[in-house]
Amino acid sequence: MTRSRKVWIPLAVLVALTPLGLLASGTAWGEWGTDEIKGLLGYIPHGLSRLADINHIAFLPDYSLPGLGEGFAGQAVGYYISAIVGVVIIVLLTLGLGRLIVRK
Amino acid sequence: MHIPDGYLSPATCGAMYAVSIPLWARAGVVIKRTFTRRTVPTLALLSAFSFLVMMFNVPVPGGTTAHAVGGTLIAILLGPWAALIGESLALVVQALFFGDGGLTAIGANCFNMGFVLPFVGYFVYRLISWGTPFNARRRWIGAAVGGYVGINAAALAAAIEFGIQPSLFHTATGVPLYCPYGLAQTIPAMLVAHLLIAGPVEAVITGGVVAFLGRYHPDVFSLNPYERREK
Repeated sequence: MTRSRKVWIPLAVLVALTPLGLLASGTAWGEWGTDEIKGLLGYIPHGLSRLADINHIAFLPDYSLPGLGEGFAGQAVGYYISAIVGVVIIVLLTLGLGRLIVRK
Repeated sequence: MHIPDGYLSPATCGAMYAVSIPLWARAGVVIKRTFTRRTVPTLALLSAFSFLVMMFNVPVPGGTTAHAVGGTLIAILLGPWAALIGESLALVVQALFFGDGGLTAIGANCFNMGFVLPFVGYFVYRLISWGTPFNARRRWIGAAVGGYVGINAAALAAAIEFGIQPSLFHTATGVPLYCPYGLAQTIPAMLVAHLLIAGPVEAVITGGVVAFLGRYHPDVFSLNPYERREK
């Protein structure tokens, strides 16, 4: 394998390990959904509730595949798919942008 | 640290886009001038690396989670402007397809994690490692400290954006419209998570990768146009 191919190995290892990222339960501070906000405050701030759910493009919401269930196995599969889909999109986007911008 | 939709007022979101757009433009100019066809796949790799690093949620005392970002590492290897683009690409993909970070908050999130984080981290790294060879101990120490300071600077920026909301945007009776917590709550919450948990993780990743590369592949450091210029 050439050196330039070898640098992608750590990335594959990281993809394989991603379900470890599911072990920590709880939401990051300030990233609660409207249900969680309601639980914390007793109400949902008006502007927040108006804007909270405007993203209808996200087809893997919270790095999960809707329909796989809440169990760890289902979440892990969703997480794997998300990791691979994310990496592929980012790599293609970067290479595409590079073609547009970089001429040397 | 991915600010969702609804936590920042539309005015704040607009202001953060207004700050980020010229930064993206400047980054595009720098990349056009300094990148070669060989550098682009490295940026793709590092941007994807950062995306994956952000999937590793780590528990924070108090029941929340945090994660490392990897932006200072991109800045060390390819320069801070490339880090802004690599990080922004990861953040846009996270917001669009995974709902991680709001669409309205892309300007804010790219400013925090794409600009503040790598620029502060890179500045600290250069301060500590200036003039040393690529395999020097001060390189990975600088990388670790830079990663730590950079992610905390970004967390502070996010905390300020969150924390100014309730006093600026509320109903006539004072009920918050967006993020309900003020600076007295947002700054400690964000900083505890990042000073104690995400910061050390970022330091280990950034310092570890730089130590490994410095030892086995020191030539990769010259991909950073700012390193080349010094030679």
